Amino acid sequence: MKKYINNRQATCALLALSALLLLAVLVAGLLLNERAMATDFSRRDLAPCAAFPFGTDWMGRDMLARTLAGLSLSIRIGLLTAAVSAVLALLLGAAAGGFGRKADAAVSWLTDLLLGIPHILLVLLISLACGRGLWGVVAGVSLSHWPSLARVIRGEIIQLRQAPYVLTATKLGVSRLQVARRHMLPHVLPQFVTGLVLQFPHAILHEASITFLGFGLSAEQPAIGVILSESMRYLTTGRWWLALFPGLALIGVVLLFAGIGDRLGRLLDPAGIHA
Amino acid sequence: MSLEAKELGFGYRRKPVLEGINLTVRAGERVGLAAPSGRGKTTLCKLLAGYMRPNCGSVLLDGKPLPQKGYCPVQMIWQHPELALDPRMRLGDALAEAGADGDGRLLDALQIQPAWLSRFPRELSGGELQRFCIARALCKPVRFVLCDEISAMLDLVTQAQLWDFLLREAAQRQLGLLIVSHDAALLKRLCTRIEHI
Amino acid sequence: MVPVLQVEDLSISFTQYTSGLRRRTISAVRGLNLAVEAGQVVAVVGASGSGKSLLAHSILGLLPYNSRMEGRIVYQGAPLTIDRLKQLRGREIVLAPQGVSYLDPLMQVDKQLRRGRRDAQARADSRAALARYGLGPDTGRKYPFELSGGMARRVIMAAAAMEQPRLLIADEPTPGMDAPAARRLLGHFRALAAEQTAVLFITHALDLAIEVADRVVVLYAGQTIEEAAAEDFQSVHRLRHPYTRALWRAMPQHDFAPLPGAQPGPGQAESGCPFAPRCPKARAACGQTVPYRPFGGGWVRCLYAEEGDA
Repeated sequence: MKKYINNRQATCALLALSALLLLAVLVAGLLLNERAMATDFSRRDLAPCAAFPFGTDWMGRDMLARTLAGLSLSIRIGLLTAAVSAVLALLLGAAAGGFGRKADAAVSWLTDLLLGIPHILLVLLISLACGRGLWGVVAGVSLSHWPSLARVIRGEIIQLRQAPYVLTATKLGVSRLQVARRHMLPHVLPQFVTGLVLQFPHAILHEASITFLGFGLSAEQPAIGVILSESMRYLTTGRWWLALFPGLALIGVVLLFAGIGDRLGRLLDPAGIHA
Repeated sequence: MSLEAKELGFGYRRKPVLEGINLTVRAGERVGLAAPSGRGKTTLCKLLAGYMRPNCGSVLLDGKPLPQKGYCPVQMIWQHPELALDPRMRLGDALAEAGADGDGRLLDALQIQPAWLSRFPRELSGGELQRFCIARALCKPVRFVLCDEISAMLDLVTQAQLWDFLLREAAQRQLGLLIVSHDAALLKRLCTRIEHI
Repeated sequence: MVPVLQVEDLSISFTQYTSGLRRRTISAVRGLNLAVEAGQVVAVVGASGSGKSLLAHSILGLLPYNSRMEGRIVYQGAPLTIDRLKQLRGREIVLAPQGVSYLDPLMQVDKQLRRGRRDAQARADSRAALARYGLGPDTGRKYPFELSGGMARRVIMAAAAMEQPRLLIADEPTPGMDAPAARRLLGHFRALAAEQTAVLFITHALDLAIEVADRVVVLYAGQTIEEAAAEDFQSVHRLRHPYTRALWRAMPQHDFAPLPGAQPGPGQAESGCPFAPRCPKARAACGQTVPYRPFGGGWVRCLYAEEGDA
């Protein structure tokens, strides 16, 4: 039997498809922002139908538009927070791994401290301290998500510093900067990219959950967390569609990001010539 | 012209690995080092090559300490070539980093095929990779080469090829060799003098 | 007598990604034949890339998922299927692993030997297995980190011998050992063989193979090219294949002669004899498939074995 595409091509295709889908959600949400806010009391509480596939809420707002706008906001916040926390992780991890014992002790202490506090509690505390709202959420999520990646990067750098090929390069007269660029960066970068993408689902879920709990984005913004927490009030009255579709969409986005991170990790691994 | 270890001592925490080691290798000499495993032969090589600093004693090159920065004329070749080459660097770049000259004399003598230069380490066998490690150590004006079990993982024919080259090169360039091996027959064949630690 | 293990025309290929998105199939082993009888030590000798580790992996069912195996592996007269292997592995068929990292660091030694059994018989067995390798009952209560390297190796041997295996496979067990330690380990293999265990000893160290084995099988580029009695290595003229003779001559004890050239890597060998490009005797006929045939009390894969070393 002949296989028309091999695993690696399939992986790349899936990767591109996932990225495209997320981009489409991002753009659609931006364009539908107006529509998501539009209230029309003549079409209140409609169950899913052809005109409104996700139904409408108690103010007659189109739930499909609201969901897309909410996801779009989540993705934007996710991108921002994941990027900030990954860069933090890179800087702190590199400092711990490359700048001697004292820097290592300080960063490791901070890492352990943050990892020791329950994640959601930490996000809540930082978000509250930064005055809630959009910037509170961004600060909360990005300042709490770097420790595990920082730890990975630190470990990688410490291991690399003792690797025979790094030692050999040093003794061949290659400068420290060149050693870092030629022998360390190519090893750390894939870890960094994979870690960055794998931060998205965490960031998005944490943003949604603290918003749901009322400590995050304000109620006017069409965030998924806001939609879900509002819908709770109407769930008992039988309006199941208010929570179901936005919830499923959130899970879908999170799974897409997790899938992208996973596949990227496998593609970037030099040992994974079979994947 | 000599590489000298004087009362060298090294240990982790309170566990000594090496104590009171005295050893001299002169230019053109091939000194064999025989000892049961676990006696710190690799550690001794790393100290002599300047990868680690001893807890006590000193390593002297022509009576002076090893250079701390820049090129070190004492080079070490490792037992496992697949660990001594960057898995993400093409082999040609690894040689260029070591300052390989363009004339290809070393590559010819070591039977390194030009096609290998564009490969990554995982695509070649241990014997092929060890040729690159030897070439890398010999590119610049090296004076002493520390060979830590460099053919222990290789088959007999490859072992004979590599040593045939190294012995000729060492004689021609008046290099001092320190040869660590478990194989008594091999040491007897290679060395001008055998030391036990 | 039916051999304990028979490998017939084994071939193994892999699918691999080369650069980017292209995939290719690489033939790593093509034409591997050997047999091990009860009470025999058979050594498999070859350079890295000759396929000797793949042999061990295929017998133990440890080949990676992107590989494809053809040919037959027969154990005690019947094909060694995956189901049968699962039953036998760790009991009748035992691997003597390369590293000491195979021991569970969180479990006391005697618990590992008993594998969860707690009856008096199991305790007695584990004490006896330890005693056999010169280890007292106090060793049984130790954790692996408390053992020295040599003791850990003896514990691994005790774990292998405890099952009274019919077939022991040792894949490169000696690197990193000094000569006395390697000799002791080989002595353990011989002692097991004396109790009718079949031992397959895979190594790149020809001198050790000659010392311990009854038969020596030589691999080159994924093929068995010669099977010889260990005594045949006393003289280069009793060897059958030009590569085996080159190995003999390359020994530091003999000529230390470097034969130029290199073994073709997996996927590089053309059809015909893979040794032909380095062979002093090669002729046009060597470009065709060369059969593996009995010759002079052993086996050889060379068309001109009759000409000897002349």
